[in-house]
Amino acid sequence: MTIVTTPRREQRAEQAGSPPARRRRRRQTRRAWLGIAYASPTAVMVALFFLTPLVLVGWMSLHRWPLLAPPTLNAPDNFTTIGDNELVRSATWFTIKYTVIITVLLFAVSLGLALLVQHRRRGVGFFRTAFFLPMAVGFASASLLFLGLLSDEIGPVSDLLRSIGLIDGYVSWTSGSANSALGSAVVLVIWRFAGFNMLILLTGLQAIPPEIYEAARVDGASRWQTFRRITLPLLRPTIALVLTLMVTGSLLAFDQFWILTRGGPDNSTTSLVMVIYREAFIRLDLGSAAAISVVLLVVLVVFNVIQLGVLRRRSN
Amino acid sequence: MNRSRVGYSVTGAALAILFLFPLLWSGWASVRTGSGFGLENYDRLFTSDNGVRPQHVFNSLVVSVLTVGGTLFVATLGGYAFGRFKFPGRDVLFLVTLAILMVPYATILIALYVLLGWIGLEDSLIGLSLVLVMFQLPFSIFMMRNSFEAVPRELEESAQMDGCATLGTLLRIMLPAVKPGLITVGLFAFLTSWSEFFAPLILLNSTDKFTTTLAVVNMRTASHGSIDYAALEAGVVFMAVPCLILFAFMQRSYVRGFTSGAIKG
Repeated sequence: MTIVTTPRREQRAEQAGSPPARRRRRRQTRRAWLGIAYASPTAVMVALFFLTPLVLVGWMSLHRWPLLAPPTLNAPDNFTTIGDNELVRSATWFTIKYTVIITVLLFAVSLGLALLVQHRRRGVGFFRTAFFLPMAVGFASASLLFLGLLSDEIGPVSDLLRSIGLIDGYVSWTSGSANSALGSAVVLVIWRFAGFNMLILLTGLQAIPPEIYEAARVDGASRWQTFRRITLPLLRPTIALVLTLMVTGSLLAFDQFWILTRGGPDNSTTSLVMVIYREAFIRLDLGSAAAISVVLLVVLVVFNVIQLGVLRRRSN
Repeated sequence: MNRSRVGYSVTGAALAILFLFPLLWSGWASVRTGSGFGLENYDRLFTSDNGVRPQHVFNSLVVSVLTVGGTLFVATLGGYAFGRFKFPGRDVLFLVTLAILMVPYATILIALYVLLGWIGLEDSLIGLSLVLVMFQLPFSIFMMRNSFEAVPRELEESAQMDGCATLGTLLRIMLPAVKPGLITVGLFAFLTSWSEFFAPLILLNSTDKFTTTLAVVNMRTASHGSIDYAALEAGVVFMAVPCLILFAFMQRSYVRGFTSGAIKG
């Protein structure tokens, strides 16, 4: 096939007498159009379902926008009332507190797991799978799983702790007190996401050339020194990525509190996204929900841009 | 040396038990009944007033099929374009697609709810699927672009020598070469669409449009009195089993695809 077609093409080109440069240019233009054609589904999806809502959420935040009536301009009321909203204030503090706790604990656990399974050893495949397997369960399902696991009715946790004498009597983990409700959510999130973050950190660990470790060993560096001076610095871009994912994910927490604690007791575990949902679909005030969304969005984008800037400077 | 190996095995095994325990427990709790073991909990899951209906399972399947199909379609063409063609606006479009990751999707769902209402896709499984495809795009486009870039030039050139048009090259030569990437992208799209909770919660209103996840969660949130925990665990198992089976079959390509994408990133 190749042998037959190639000479014919050359022949035709010679007959047309077009210089190769122009032919190449025409071919490039044709390929550019083809590229645009192949990219057009992506462009349509991004424009319609990402850029448009992005503009729309800003537009909505400037209006009184009831769920079932025509909107009217009321800027900047939606923004000025955010500060007066008691629930927004408590939810903001709670979300920040939750984000700090999750980021610290989840990072420590994920890095620990990654270090544990980074070398090819006996059983390492099984361990990796075991740590990662919770990721295969949907987050909402995982929240329901823990609701049962921590419940006094059918859950084994309370019985177990009672039998070893750590607690006595009835403990309602998910709704008993603000701290135990938060703790329940933290345990759930670590269980569900540690394996995922372990996997990302693992790819970073395995990208470190073994020769560097070899050199450190020859120089007589201790394990701790190797970790401090080689592993951590070289892992920095991956660590930054993981931390960004954790912070962003925690600031947007919804499922775990909606399902596990219902935001309670007394709204003590109501996150910001829960407030957005409540403004929109319980108080039917889409404008106010949009205003809170815009603020959250700006905070997160600024955070991500700073994070990316730090990342780029370090990798240079 | 030997002591550290024992320490490693013991720590690893203890942690593995800790991570596997909730999964195993939910399976056990879902079949435990007052008197012994049986499928009564599953029976209540599918028959109680707020329970799961066949319609809900069907809805979940529709959303999953549409999302996986849509994601594969858009990401394959897009990845081919970004990985193999030069055209004006390419880098901008690529960056804007990746920016979807930076904009938390909970914040634009309110606007998407209004937007879908305007284009007649309110309370619609198709509307939900389109939104889920959009949220899959940053990862999928990134993954597919890397996959297409990794295919040797000679393979494509020889196909073109043979007189294949670019679409023919894509279908006959490139697709088999990027299969691992396609599997990873499809698997991610399925896992997300099958288990997603927040987007359906906002975009679907009527009970007969609910996905299984919504229906199971509804058993918890709609009950003001006592919660039927055992039936909930049956729901958890019902939701998790397809994901676990898929995961078991595809773990290798999942992890490999994941690693290759992350390293290049």
